[in-house]
Amino acid sequence: MPTHWLFLIVLALGIAGWFAARQKALASAGGSMRALHSLPNTYGTNAAIWTIVPALLILGAWIVIQPVVLDHWVSGSIPDSAVTDAGDRSLVMADVRRIAAGLNLAVAGGGLSAEEALSMQADAVSIRERMADLGIAIGTEPTQVSLDAAQKWFRIERVGRIAMTVIVLGAAATGFALALLRARRDVNARASVERAILGLLIGAALIAILTTVGIVMSMVFETADFFSRYSWTEFFFSTDWDPRFQGGSSLGMLPLLWGTLYISFIALLVAVPIGLFAAIYLSEYAGPRVRAVAKPLIEVLAGIPTIVYGLFALITVGPFLRDYFAQPMGFGNSSSSVMTAGLVMGIMLIPFVSSLSDDIINAVPQSLRDGSYGLGSTQSETVRQVVLPAALPGIVGAILLAASRAIGETMIVVLGAGAAARMSLNPFEAMTTVTVKIVSQLTGDTDFNSPETLVAFALGLTLFVMTLALNVLALYIVRRYREQYE
Amino acid sequence: MTDATASGNAQGRSRSLKVLDERTRKRYAAEKRFRYYGMGAVGVGVLLLVILLVSILSNGLGAFRQTMFELEITLTQAQITEAEESLLKTSVYRGFIEENMRAALTEAGIADEVETSQAMELLGGDAGSTLRNWAVGQRVTPVPEPDEGVTRTFNFLADGRIDGYFKGRVTMESAERDSRVTPEELALADDLREAGVLRVEFNPGFLTMSDASENQPEAAGLGVAIVGSLYMMLIVLCLALPIGVCASIYLEEFAPKNKLTDLIEVNISNLAAVPSIVFGILGLAIFINFMGLPLSAPIVGGLVLTLMTLPTIIISTRAALKSVPPSIRSAALGVGASQMQTVFHHVLPLAAPGILTGTIIGLAQALGETAPLLLIGMVAFVQEYPAAPPEGLFDPASALPVQVYNWTQRADPAFFERASGAIIVLLVFLAIMNVTAVLLRRRFERRW
Repeated sequence: MPTHWLFLIVLALGIAGWFAARQKALASAGGSMRALHSLPNTYGTNAAIWTIVPALLILGAWIVIQPVVLDHWVSGSIPDSAVTDAGDRSLVMADVRRIAAGLNLAVAGGGLSAEEALSMQADAVSIRERMADLGIAIGTEPTQVSLDAAQKWFRIERVGRIAMTVIVLGAAATGFALALLRARRDVNARASVERAILGLLIGAALIAILTTVGIVMSMVFETADFFSRYSWTEFFFSTDWDPRFQGGSSLGMLPLLWGTLYISFIALLVAVPIGLFAAIYLSEYAGPRVRAVAKPLIEVLAGIPTIVYGLFALITVGPFLRDYFAQPMGFGNSSSSVMTAGLVMGIMLIPFVSSLSDDIINAVPQSLRDGSYGLGSTQSETVRQVVLPAALPGIVGAILLAASRAIGETMIVVLGAGAAARMSLNPFEAMTTVTVKIVSQLTGDTDFNSPETLVAFALGLTLFVMTLALNVLALYIVRRYREQYE
Repeated sequence: MTDATASGNAQGRSRSLKVLDERTRKRYAAEKRFRYYGMGAVGVGVLLLVILLVSILSNGLGAFRQTMFELEITLTQAQITEAEESLLKTSVYRGFIEENMRAALTEAGIADEVETSQAMELLGGDAGSTLRNWAVGQRVTPVPEPDEGVTRTFNFLADGRIDGYFKGRVTMESAERDSRVTPEELALADDLREAGVLRVEFNPGFLTMSDASENQPEAAGLGVAIVGSLYMMLIVLCLALPIGVCASIYLEEFAPKNKLTDLIEVNISNLAAVPSIVFGILGLAIFINFMGLPLSAPIVGGLVLTLMTLPTIIISTRAALKSVPPSIRSAALGVGASQMQTVFHHVLPLAAPGILTGTIIGLAQALGETAPLLLIGMVAFVQEYPAAPPEGLFDPASALPVQVYNWTQRADPAFFERASGAIIVLLVFLAIMNVTAVLLRRRFERRW
């Protein structure tokens, strides 16, 4: 039975359960709602939850787990000799999976009976041709070993599918029966429903943790794999980045790190003064009308997608800097450069710095300003010598947050900074960053067995750790600062 | 306030207070300067925004207009049958266009000066298939007698270089060095334009056609990318909104203060700041390598963007829930509602406008996100429209921002114009979403 039919049957059972339980509960109270412990609809919902939720949970878990278990069983049954012939177990398994999928399609389409599929022999007929007749393409003629394994796969999958149908429907029926039994006037259906909803809410909240775990796991395993193929000292301390697809690459991270930090530094050099002065002006000087116009306008900069900034760097800022600064001053003739990416990224960061600093400056108590004015200082003196020192920790936090954005930014540097891994001080030269290399190593045809691909995960993990550290530090500083004035 | 105040005033204060002394003047000048720095910073910020938008607009508006041949084509059923039975179908259709081109040139009165075959050189590469797509739909079997044929006026796209010439991207000088166009062809294009056969017109195909190959920039459109982005937004909306709202309700209304909820809180605030590309790595490793979902599919993109948007939605939903005054909760609890009923019947409806606003802003963020989509294979060249959901969610598709990136990687500068044009489309979508959010907030915001 196809999965979506199973899904629909369970749903239908749930709806039936809703009406049945509601009816039964009302009947048990003699048709009077006032004699019921909970509202009639609550009894219905209770029954629906009991019918649908366990069954669907089992269904979902089964769909996720079955392929993994199958893979393990079948791959264990392939003799080692076959593996050495093909070179790698995963290659044999990929073949097996393809053939099994072909068998499945052929049986589902009616071209083969299940018995025929299971009794096929590799030497008797050309399987590839038979499948092609049925409209299913298989790359190479399967060997006896892979055919056997595929048939085993096919057999277990069929059994598994039947077992799944039985168990899921059984779970739904059991839930249905139990809930119906409990649809009585003295049962507290509301508590039961509310417990289920609370479970749902907790589950949703846990997804945040799951995501973090997923991020860390996805990178840690591949990174460990990478370090088993490539020396970690080379990765962290070598200044040479030169991936080659035929092997023998040098994958030193330092040039990428240098590019990342250099570009982020220039970006902060642009964003911090502009953002900070804008924040000071908007919070201390500007009247409500100027503020109402200027603040949203600057914040629009934060809402523009980074690909737009990237394109701006590529077609406007890059050629402009090359034609009017780099070439006349003899700094080189590359339109993608550290300067291009840094300037554009700086524009992107202005609203981060300004709106965070704005909040922080506004949080400085008015009494401090009043004290300063009372001593006769001008407004700018107050800002420079009272407000800013008081807001300093918060502003440092804001700058750290902006720095973490800059380090993790991808599209601007992909389009604006270039692809050459280089450690140089000339800001008009093309350099590259960690994020650019993650993109270039992971797009296109990737082979998850080569260090050239796996290095992207190590780079990703490095990036993740760096930004996480900056964020934690920044949030800690900002929180400490907030507490100070609350 | 300054250190020198105490020592500096003793002898200086003998004059009238109305006359500024040297020090005060300096302090006032500093004050003024400081103020100008602030104004300058705000001005620079706004100016940069304007430059950014003007640059994108001036580069991209051209993509919405395209040079086209306006030709009236008459095809008989016999011709369609003949073409469909031949081997090189589109080139036979191109032959039909050539016949009609001759008629058009004669009508424009320039048939003597211009060879039809030369004019055909200016036609874009996809004209044959455009005609075929229409003709196949017009095909009638059995062929009626008499076979009168069907007529329709077509706008066939001109070659990308000719289009570039009218937009100023290609010049006579650059054509000298170009293997794909000659100055003679450009001169011919000028003649044809004067005669009214060639026109620069609004090009609806930019929004509906799918991506085209490297040497056919004129035929490249955003259709598949828009559909792909739409599918992903659908997934994000269907997953991120309920999960985000549920998680926020738990954290804001029910969570006890313990280690677990602390952990969740820390996790959410950190996830909001994780670089987006890291979510792409997660998608590649978990959804594609581990779970075996297909590359380039909107479902994977949607899942990755959901995880990315969740923190944004949770943070704004919690703020919305927090702004509902406690008196509402007390009143509901006081008349005997359970905590769950209080939340779902009273607090949540009151917080709904805020939640909606936050969701729209989160969606807008997801719509513009590019980097994670690059890693899950959305850069692939996709020409087929994905099927209708739910199956279509697993078909290869592109996405608006990724299409922009894709076009910037091509050699022909005509694609830069199209990339900027795609950005304009993207920005229009974002503007609509954000304005909706602002209007919703204005309309439904309640202050207690």
